[in-house]
Amino acid sequence: MGKDFDLYRPSEEHDMLRESVRALAEAKIAPFAAAVDEEGRFPQEALDALVANDLHAVHVPEAYGGAGADALATVIVIEEVARVCGSSSLIPAVNKLGSLPVILSGSEELKAKYLGPLAKGDAMFSYALSEPDAGSDAAGMKTRAVRDGDFWILNGVKRWITNAGESEYYTVMAVTDPEKRSKGISAFVVEKSDEGVSFGAPEKKLGIKGSPTREVYFDNVRIPADRMIGAEGTGFATAMKTLDHTRVTIAAQAIGIAQGALDYAKGYVKERKQFGKPIADFQGVQFMLADMAMKLEAARQLTYAAAAKSERVDGDLTFFGAAAKCFASDVAMEVTIDAVQLLGGYGYTRDYPVERMMRDAKITQIYEGTNQVQRIVMARNLP
Amino acid sequence: MAEILVLVDHADGAVRKPALELLTLARRIGEPSAVVLGAGEATASIAATAGEYGAATVYVADGAEFTDQLVVPKVDALTQLAKEKGAAAVLVTSSGEGKEIAARVALRLGSGLITDAVELEAGENGPVATQSVFAASYQVRSTVSHGVPVITVKPNSAAPEAAPAAGTVENVAVTFTGNAAKVVARTPRVSTGRPELTESAIVVSGGRGVGAAEGFAVVEKLADSLGAAVGASRAAVDAGWYPHSNQVGQTGKQVSPQLYVAAGISGAIQHRAGMQTSKTIVAVNKDPEAPIFDLVDYGVVGDLFEVLPQLTDEIGAR
Amino acid sequence: MTLKIAVCVKYVPDATGDRGFADDLTTDREAVDGLLSELDEYAVEQALRISEESDDAEVTVVTVGPDDAKDALRKALSMGADKAVHVNDEDIHGSDVIATSAILAKALEKTGFDLVVCGMASTDGTMGVLPALLAERLNVPQVTLLSELSVEGELVKGRRDGDSATELLEAPLPAVVSVTDQSGEARYPSFKGIMAAKKKPVEELDLDDLDIDADEVGLAGSWTLVDAVAARPARTQGTIVTDEGDGGKQLAAFLATQKFI
Repeated sequence: MGKDFDLYRPSEEHDMLRESVRALAEAKIAPFAAAVDEEGRFPQEALDALVANDLHAVHVPEAYGGAGADALATVIVIEEVARVCGSSSLIPAVNKLGSLPVILSGSEELKAKYLGPLAKGDAMFSYALSEPDAGSDAAGMKTRAVRDGDFWILNGVKRWITNAGESEYYTVMAVTDPEKRSKGISAFVVEKSDEGVSFGAPEKKLGIKGSPTREVYFDNVRIPADRMIGAEGTGFATAMKTLDHTRVTIAAQAIGIAQGALDYAKGYVKERKQFGKPIADFQGVQFMLADMAMKLEAARQLTYAAAAKSERVDGDLTFFGAAAKCFASDVAMEVTIDAVQLLGGYGYTRDYPVERMMRDAKITQIYEGTNQVQRIVMARNLP
Repeated sequence: MAEILVLVDHADGAVRKPALELLTLARRIGEPSAVVLGAGEATASIAATAGEYGAATVYVADGAEFTDQLVVPKVDALTQLAKEKGAAAVLVTSSGEGKEIAARVALRLGSGLITDAVELEAGENGPVATQSVFAASYQVRSTVSHGVPVITVKPNSAAPEAAPAAGTVENVAVTFTGNAAKVVARTPRVSTGRPELTESAIVVSGGRGVGAAEGFAVVEKLADSLGAAVGASRAAVDAGWYPHSNQVGQTGKQVSPQLYVAAGISGAIQHRAGMQTSKTIVAVNKDPEAPIFDLVDYGVVGDLFEVLPQLTDEIGAR
Repeated sequence: MTLKIAVCVKYVPDATGDRGFADDLTTDREAVDGLLSELDEYAVEQALRISEESDDAEVTVVTVGPDDAKDALRKALSMGADKAVHVNDEDIHGSDVIATSAILAKALEKTGFDLVVCGMASTDGTMGVLPALLAERLNVPQVTLLSELSVEGELVKGRRDGDSATELLEAPLPAVVSVTDQSGEARYPSFKGIMAAKKKPVEELDLDDLDIDADEVGLAGSWTLVDAVAARPARTQGTIVTDEGDGGKQLAAFLATQKFI
């Protein structure tokens, strides 16, 4: 036995990163989390603080001016931001989701052009796959891209687009050959300023109210052909490959939100006195906290293992990414519900943060594939 | 009797109250001599006050060096006097500058240094100083084991007591060592008309619960009705509601008044470090769980915007 | 010419922990986790800003402390300092501020400096006298308790907000400065900074390397003696009332019984 056994623990650098992001999140993001939720406004303070400290898109490789963080480091950043504000954690998370198709499949020119501004904090990146009639069944996609010489012309509607309107850049999947079904889908980078791009009204949501979710409309949007990510017809494959990696970031959000709720509840039960003693002294309360911590820790271990697989691009990543996302988000829901329960009547009010965390947790069971779809993915890719 | 050198802090031509406290404390451990540096035209009146509070001798040195250079000229003067007069101890007020002066004097004299004493008494091995450490959770009693004890004492550690003594003025020619930073400009702090925070017998402080800069009006009104200084927690200062010079806490001023009123302050460790040695503490806070209530002699769970004005009116009616 | 900036930092027990004393009446550094003193982060920040403004500057962080004090150096390096010096020797344990200043001064002389930047005080000792002692020992001007700091050519300039006045100060380099928590918010280590810190040099020095005799420092070489340490009796909670419309009157009645009004 010895303290230098380095398996199953993050490196010292990862621990330092967590310490740094936690300090930043508590000082710069947490104070606005309640207002961001209440007013349903974009967490500009969080974006500014993350950009100022180069934590808004840590996954961008150093070659393109980024921090070059590995998948686990990215998870830790998202987790620690989510611990204080779920809406704000979508900044680093969606920056990775939106830009990963370019990183995985884009040309050198495309990477140089779009990853630089992202790394510098001049632009955010969103991911536009879902449509009003094509959610998990992405092959039912209707957005069309038609070739016109050296240009493509896009028409269609994307729905549920996170950070729409705030992001400068959008990875957009569009049908280039309807005959070939999923093999007839291609991916493009579309800029907010491209003529014909517009946005719908922000959705009125249960949670993550600070992160705008809007429709994106493409009305004869004419973009140069070199904006295509990878070869024609590879868009759907790129989109699926992207999700293998980014489901791990949803798991990171989930464990962050759950940790925030658990930490708050832990502090509360020591302060709250009933029958002459802190309620933390009651075994019923202790058992609840033990279960919450146990489930959360299991979810974290699975998430970190999946992050390592994402970094190595292991063959079983698809299973692990789906498993981590599914398990962690279910745990986040359970833990945040229990945190509200532990706070009793106070937990049900907006004077305390746990009800916000409970509402924010719900989305992690839904987006980037519902947990039912995750189970389909896992079943098809059993280890 | 052993001669105790007391550096007399002064501002705007007047002795500052902590200097009178030092003269009072010095009498417990020996015979105080006052040291008045760079007081210009006010020298004579400051010397006279020092005499009233027990200084047998008042050493006086004046010159542009004391105002145009930082810290070092005062260190030169005090070190020279301590050596020439064979002083038994040197006492300085615990302020930013006071501590810096004391530290350099101690080093030049080859002496031990104690800062931020809250109590001073005679002991077998020289003066015994009591300090309050780790956010006032511990009391430490120390002595200096080497050289002439150099001790800085926090304001409000004793009540000044007059004890007329000769107050014989002796002019001193100081040899300056140089190597000091130049003071190229000095802007006196605009007086609020309220007592100095660290010296005031009563302090009324506002925190996060005050909600906005305008909210401090109710805090100031209460302070004025009590003749008190106004303090603020770090949260209120960081939010820009009140000036940093009024911050009470670890990185602000440490106060030890007879009465401390905390309004809308939760009582985080950083704040407690600055006020926990206050004699009587009262608090007004909406949150019954606020840790400040663990410290108070009297606490009101309620809205400070209702409780404070009512208290101010009551005081006015008495 | 490279502008050599040295930042003195201290590894301190976390103020939010339950701080106390060890059996030998020195600060207990085992019971509570340690970290880079928050007030020293402002010093690191100012050093980095001056370095960034300068064409050619190098920032060295210097600490005196036990093995774990390397964590404080790592933090400063991950914020962006270039290298570190760690003075570590069993005989240092128990040194008071005068003895510590002797060690730091020797280390600074060995490292070389144009500008020494310190925090306003440590968060454990809270004395705030180390910068003045260093200036005395190094025989250079002290420009301390600054809320603003700049280096212009061969001059260091700053603003000192004192109790009774605000002063603008200047002194020629080399000099020792200290900065307050008003000097500008300290940056957070970025991922790049954290990864880079791993590869930055940390020089380990002991008392021999600095030609200091063991009896000049530590408890033996300290000129103050702690005779007794007592936990302050916890304040007992007094009366707590809930405002039901007459909270201010009740408070006034209490203050009257205490003769404050």
